[in-house]
Amino acid sequence: MAAILLVQSFLASIGRTVLGVCRGAGSIAIFGADGVSHIFRPPYYPAEFGRQLLRIGWFSLPVVGLTALFTGAALALQIYAGGARFNAESVVPSIVAIGMTRELGPVLGGLMVAGRVSASVAAELGTMRVTEQIDALTTLSTNPMKYLVAPRLLAATLALPALVAVGDAIGIMGGMLVGVARLGFNPAVYIQNTVDFLEVMDVVSGLVKAAVFGFIIALMGCYMGYHSDRGAQGVGRATTNAVVSASILILAANYFLTEFFFAGA
Amino acid sequence: MNEAPKIALTDVAKAFGSKRVLRGVTLAAAKGESLVIIGGSGTGKSVTLKCVLGLIAPDSGVIRVDGEDVARLRGAARERYLDKFGMLFQGAALFDSLPVWRNVAFRMLSGRKRRPVREAREIAVEKLRRVGLGPETADLFPAELSGGMQKRVGLARAIAGDPEIIFFDEPTTGLDPIMADVINDLIREIVTEMGATALTITHDMSSVRKIADRVAMLHDGVVQWEGPIAALDDSGNPYVDQFIHGRAHGPIEALR
Ligand SMILES: Nc1ncnc2c1ncn2[C@@H]1O[C@H](COP(=O)(O)OP(=O)(O)OP(=O)(O)O)[C@@H](O)[C@H]1O
Ligand SMILES: [Mg+2]
Repeated sequence: MAAILLVQSFLASIGRTVLGVCRGAGSIAIFGADGVSHIFRPPYYPAEFGRQLLRIGWFSLPVVGLTALFTGAALALQIYAGGARFNAESVVPSIVAIGMTRELGPVLGGLMVAGRVSASVAAELGTMRVTEQIDALTTLSTNPMKYLVAPRLLAATLALPALVAVGDAIGIMGGMLVGVARLGFNPAVYIQNTVDFLEVMDVVSGLVKAAVFGFIIALMGCYMGYHSDRGAQGVGRATTNAVVSASILILAANYFLTEFFFAGA
Repeated sequence: MNEAPKIALTDVAKAFGSKRVLRGVTLAAAKGESLVIIGGSGTGKSVTLKCVLGLIAPDSGVIRVDGEDVARLRGAARERYLDKFGMLFQGAALFDSLPVWRNVAFRMLSGRKRRPVREAREIAVEKLRRVGLGPETADLFPAELSGGMQKRVGLARAIAGDPEIIFFDEPTTGLDPIMADVINDLIREIVTEMGATALTITHDMSSVRKIADRVAMLHDGVVQWEGPIAALDDSGNPYVDQFIHGRAHGPIEALR
């Protein structure tokens, strides 16, 4: 009897969790669709958009650049070591380039920006919620979805591909630095090799991924902040949730996008 | 008072979880009238104002402003509805990413009431002057102001659009007695000169006497007493008597 009750309560808790996740996913989807729809409907807030572009794009450059630099450098060492097992050290330039543009540039860049931007957007909107600034916007006949959420979604979606493009270049350069300084490659040959093997699709797929990741980053930051509980604790929770959910969604989306772009190829 | 009231709440109830904050509030304010809501801390005064603004959806009851049912308003109709209002939040709720003057002129910097930037700024500076703040505050950020100054900026923002209806949530808390009196005068002026309808929440009895045409006392989720300011002192209502004399003993239990 007791065992049955235990099983029942166990199943019930699983059911509750599943329902909770579905409800959450649904409400995030509705929130996102509403936010996107406001990007296309006037009035527009270009000044807000500009501020967000600066904050999400420009100020994330150092983080993304350094991440890419060291990743590219480490990648070159690893591939050299791996390639040496098959006497295939010469693949270093092409594999570094493909690895950076297709996968590591967008994913690591996305994750780093998720930590920076999701957190700060969630904290900002959460504080605005808690201090009634979002209510104040509404009473001033300004739709917070339009004034706060839409510019952030658009700015992040446009900024991430640009960031990742710069990151790709820096990462490839990082690989080259190590290749030339430590592994004995000739710089001209290294560059030639990179250019010969890199395809347009490698870069484009990475930039499309970046745009999707940018949207995820802004969406989770906005959603968590907008629905923050009251008090400093509520804002803290919103910030954590934003970073964690954005990171996991980025990794999940990355898998499906990779499947979409390269599964057949 | 034969014409239809400007604002009418009928049997409005709102609970947060198991906490029943409003249990059937019925209240009306005529056009051009200054109604003051008094009541203990946590009795739902702020919640009442937010229900009228549509920021909180009541569980039951009807709220009408100019005969329009607030609960039915969506999208553009809701924004037009909110154009009638000015609201001073209890915590001022200034936008801390914007300088003071952009806070005050917020309505005039975008949307339907848009004005040229210079003109908007001039209006903002003029409204700041009316709440006792000099032009040098215009370019500061809210975080650089004291609590009382923030409150007054919030007040300037509430009156900046010359609204038909103004809500003041504790306009004088955090102000020195002299500045509090300036603000009381200002609220009175806005009602008399501009013919605005004002709903004010306050704990300050001298403020009540100065700005109210009528007073409503909220307690236990309902309006316990409502009447003209002249009747406040001999209302014969034990709740009102205890509140206006600030006694610890009476029907309102002060937990210790
Ligand atoms: N968004 C909310 N979520 C949960 N509870 C709330 C919310 N807003 C208000 N409450 C609760 O409703 C009650 C009434 O709050 P309200 O802010 O209206 O009080 P008040 O009468 O304005 O008090 P004070 O004079 O202290 O400002 C409080 O107990 C508060 O905890
Ligand atoms: Mg209050």
